[in-house]
Amino acid sequence: MSADDLTPRQTEDVLHPEVRAPSDESERGPGGERLQHAEAASKPIRADAPREPQPRGAKVRGNRPIDQAEAAERFLAAPMHQKAHDERLWDVRRKRDVAAHGIPEWEELREIASQIKTHTLTHLDHYLEQFEAAAKANGVHVHWAEDGAEHNRIVLDILRKHGAKSLVKSKSMLTEECGFRHFMAAHDIDVIETDLGERIQQLDDEEPSHVVMPAVHKTRLDVAEVFARTLGTDPDNDDAHYLAESQRETTRPLILKADAGLTGCNFAIAETGTVVTCTNEGNADLSGNVPPLQIHSIGIEKIIPRVEHLGVFIRLLSRSALGSPITQYTSHFRGPRPGTEMHMVLVDNGRSERLAMEEFWTSLKCIRCGACMNTCPVYRRSGGLSYGATYSGPIGLIIDPTFNKRKYSTLPFSSTMNGSCTNVCPVKINIHEQIFAWRKVLAEEHQIPLLKQGMMKAAGAVLSRPAAYRAAIQTADSALRVLPRFAVYNPANTWGKKREMPHAPRQSFHAWYRQNRMKKGGDA
Amino acid sequence: MRIGLFVPCYVDAFEPEVGIATLELLERFGLTVEYPYDQTCCGQPMTNTGCHGEAAATEALFVRNFSEFDYVVAPSGSCVHQVREHLTAIPQTDEVKHVRARTFELVEFLHDVLKIEDLPWAEFPHKVAYHSNCNALRGIGHARPSELNRPFFSKPLNLLKKVKGVEIVDLTRPDECCGFGGTFSVFEPAVSAKMGYDKVTDQARAGAEYVVSADSSCLMHQKGCAERLGVPLKYIHIAQVLNGAAA
Repeated sequence: MSADDLTPRQTEDVLHPEVRAPSDESERGPGGERLQHAEAASKPIRADAPREPQPRGAKVRGNRPIDQAEAAERFLAAPMHQKAHDERLWDVRRKRDVAAHGIPEWEELREIASQIKTHTLTHLDHYLEQFEAAAKANGVHVHWAEDGAEHNRIVLDILRKHGAKSLVKSKSMLTEECGFRHFMAAHDIDVIETDLGERIQQLDDEEPSHVVMPAVHKTRLDVAEVFARTLGTDPDNDDAHYLAESQRETTRPLILKADAGLTGCNFAIAETGTVVTCTNEGNADLSGNVPPLQIHSIGIEKIIPRVEHLGVFIRLLSRSALGSPITQYTSHFRGPRPGTEMHMVLVDNGRSERLAMEEFWTSLKCIRCGACMNTCPVYRRSGGLSYGATYSGPIGLIIDPTFNKRKYSTLPFSSTMNGSCTNVCPVKINIHEQIFAWRKVLAEEHQIPLLKQGMMKAAGAVLSRPAAYRAAIQTADSALRVLPRFAVYNPANTWGKKREMPHAPRQSFHAWYRQNRMKKGGDA
Repeated sequence: MRIGLFVPCYVDAFEPEVGIATLELLERFGLTVEYPYDQTCCGQPMTNTGCHGEAAATEALFVRNFSEFDYVVAPSGSCVHQVREHLTAIPQTDEVKHVRARTFELVEFLHDVLKIEDLPWAEFPHKVAYHSNCNALRGIGHARPSELNRPFFSKPLNLLKKVKGVEIVDLTRPDECCGFGGTFSVFEPAVSAKMGYDKVTDQARAGAEYVVSADSSCLMHQKGCAERLGVPLKYIHIAQVLNGAAA
């Protein structure tokens, strides 16, 4: 993969050239080639003028269904944010294509990864017990948590036993599921995120909007504003190096004196009892290796049987996520360092229940690469926070309803079911088919709005009766009035607000056929 | 060989020329094409909204209309995908299975079944952006989607190459969804329209005069977006181009 492959040939090659920097300000190597940072855009993206407040996420009101469309509309109303977000993630999707197409056996790798996950999930009880035994043999304390609340209690107990008051952690979607940060704050434990993006989100008191790039919905100016407010940096300096260095300078002392460290887990290897994390900042290593007490939180679906299987997933993960061949750090945590304690918490939190769902269990194969989000045209135009859930984008649409069917009942409808997500998934989850299947489940369980179901009932009644259908669209004028009523039925005419209505033809095909092909009274 | 023509409801009401072009094109190859007079819709609006029960009667009607034919041909990848993959709200009798297996989208019928070689009547001397409907592309395999590491092929482009004068222009995002998405277009109008605006902007920037697609629903959405933006692009179904439309 050469840098040139990733470089837009000309500015016209992007949909929103206005967010491209006028000059190429990215760094170059000794040979003049553009340096490709693991998580950076292949060309600088600017979103600085006019200054625009950052759009916020979905309004969450208890158990009420999330209105993703409403939050997405607010995101779109901030065009610089939306364009920068869209171009940033499309750039990642392009880099992913270059990386994936650079490996001849790519599709075979996806198939093998999918089969390893099928096998492991089918024998999950066996591999979990094998993992536990191996970890214990390595001197690790192993805990089991049925749900997020139990996970949080277990970790709190461990911290209290050690008198620990501060905890540094690396990025973990599992702890987001568990509401870990809020729980710990309520129990006077000082939690410090060490991933740059996650730290930005913590300082801004916002959830991550993406599983790999938690702050991807923010522009550099947004980050400058957050850091100025919380770290005392210069609000007018949005230089990426300055901002990253400021976070580093302020976070590093907290890491060095933290009482405990916690990481998530990308892969848990059953035969060795090893937790593997993949990061680009090395922050999982700092979280795990610096404090005297280390904890690893593991979703039970993260198990893979053997070390040899890890290679398959490592080849797929970062190429799918960011288009880079491998993350900067692939760290193996196996046993406690001398004089320290190591704990692993295996968390179910709904996974066993999901494993029993015939149509949806394969969503447990997910390795959290975020490729489905990057490619999703709806996600790129709505922002991850519009989903009002821990998991956003296509994978979120099929996982979130397993946590709360009512609250996330709307999410499977925030999709055009175009299928690109399924094609980029490194473990071949049939994401768009599961979105389709969720819609059926939700309609059957009356978790879709009555209005919507009523409209479909009316549509079905007209479309199943040729005479009623013909009467409805007999003339072009009435077709225009009626067709949107069953096919794009909406009393508020949401079609016409943003698009011109289709023009009325002289006659329908049906009328043309009768006039031109049935003159002699013959049946068609 | 008995061929039944299915003209989807959108085409029937809004784009009758697409139905006429499909009929005439098939007849040019010496086929006898029948149009079952009581046809309406494939059931997709209800099914895609999750309302399978509400789609059952429409699906049953579709099967009744087309069970006598060797092939059912429709100028819509989206509707054919519905019939082939999702017509499941009614019991799967042999009759139902027959109809589902024998329903073809026009491009694949010409390309794979008729294996046509020439279109001597077709000439379209224009710059064309081809739009792949997502169900046609990823659902029924019209072409190699950009995500997959497989050899490139494209059935619609193979056919358009046989039309004199067609010049295909490249899009920045060749197979990104245009945002129609059936009922998505009205239930999530802001994102749907933005996707459409981005699509037509990409087409215009690529220098296209015409946008050609095998699906009228995407074209209707894109045309509505282009008109709203004041982008002077023209939208035409591939059936019309292959049938020799002079544009």
